[in-house]
Amino acid sequence: MSALVATEASTPTELRDLARTIGRDVAAVHAADVDRQARFPKETIDALREARLLGALVPVELGGLGHDVRQMAAVVRELGRHCASSAMILAMHDSQAACLTRHGDTEPLRAFQRRMATEQLLIASATTEIGIGGNTRSSSCAVERSGGRFTLTKQAPVISYGEYADAVLVTARRADDAADSDQVLVVCERSDDSTLGLEPISGWDTLGFRGTCSRGFTLTATGPESSVCEVPFGDISAATMLPVSHLLWSSLWRGLADEAADRARRFVQKAARRDLSTIPPGAQRLAELQVELQQLGASVEHLLGRYTAVQDDPEATSSLDFMISINTLKVNASTAVVDVLNRAIIICGIAGYREDSEFSLGRLLRDAHGAAVMVNNDRIMGNTARLTLMLRGEQ
Amino acid sequence: MSTSTDQLDSAVEEEVRRVLVEFGKLSVDATTPDSLPSDASLWSHGLTSHASVTVMLGCEDAFDVEFPQRLLTKQTFSSVASIVAAVREVQE
Repeated sequence: MSALVATEASTPTELRDLARTIGRDVAAVHAADVDRQARFPKETIDALREARLLGALVPVELGGLGHDVRQMAAVVRELGRHCASSAMILAMHDSQAACLTRHGDTEPLRAFQRRMATEQLLIASATTEIGIGGNTRSSSCAVERSGGRFTLTKQAPVISYGEYADAVLVTARRADDAADSDQVLVVCERSDDSTLGLEPISGWDTLGFRGTCSRGFTLTATGPESSVCEVPFGDISAATMLPVSHLLWSSLWRGLADEAADRARRFVQKAARRDLSTIPPGAQRLAELQVELQQLGASVEHLLGRYTAVQDDPEATSSLDFMISINTLKVNASTAVVDVLNRAIIICGIAGYREDSEFSLGRLLRDAHGAAVMVNNDRIMGNTARLTLMLRGEQ
Repeated sequence: MSTSTDQLDSAVEEEVRRVLVEFGKLSVDATTPDSLPSDASLWSHGLTSHASVTVMLGCEDAFDVEFPQRLLTKQTFSSVASIVAAVREVQE
């Protein structure tokens, strides 16, 4: 039996075991209900809190666990097998947490990180904006500053788990006269000297990832000016938000693919045991599925390695080569997970198609289809296409 | 010698500014140093990484050069002066 609380020294393997315990005992128990009702997976997030995993990325000296993206990837991957919505919430939380722990280098922002760890705060994000068209590197709303205070209003088409978050990281133009791309990241929360209002403007009744409760909101916030992280958001995006979110999402989809492959494996082996004289027809397809699964895993592991090697070198993380690679990972992994699911459902046949069998793949398949459309692959490929115009043949 | 270098630099700068006006999508007029000083940050005047690619292609077309990979950095496109320096370096 593994420990139920993560520590500074937890290895990726121990974290996977911990995530497996939470996944089996909590996330899997509620996953169907979370999906059916499109409700917040409160039980799982509470369990992650109890395991201290919401503060995992906060440095040790600020009371966190000082984990890196590879350790978080292990947790997200395992959790993704049991409840993809819960895993997505953790992945998004971690992507935001990483922005603050890696770039929030002021005393007030460090104090906030300390609270993230001690109070196990859940952090959401509001990066897109109505009228901007999904481009996170452009804002129309602006931070208004006066007398050491800020106010901010943003029409956000999506704030995943916004109603359940303790704080929201919001992108906005640095000031009223700043360019659309001259953005900062603002910590918006409810506290003694901060207010955060979220007025819902849309619902979240979707095919998959229903538990992320990714409604749209009109967000209004006030607080001390020190809640504004003054580091250019473009730098944060290139060095942290984009690579960490792509790595964690891809790890989550890998977890979904792991689970589908495992159900297909159990199905094939059950058939093999029934008739020991032949190899069941699904075995050939299972072998083919392993090829896809291995490629997916290799590509996630490769980019986790590359990112951890260069994460503190802003030139390297904003290099053409790396940007193309990290974009390609997202597109590749999100396509591969659907492919694995499609193969698994053919292998499991009607048992996989049914909603009431141990081999059911319906929810997994619906969740898998979210991968390509949440931050649309076509948009990412459009960005990558532009980057290829800068590729040189000399390296 | 220094005079001709200065003249070359200013001819390059004029052309770089023309490219920035056409493709930079900046929040200020890039035509003269009055509205956009040569050392002013282009990123804080609205240059996006998207637009920087078009600016790069525009400069390559205008000067009939190809920037090597090592010059394709955020730093190169951070100001008028740094783009001019990169163009001059490639022209050498």
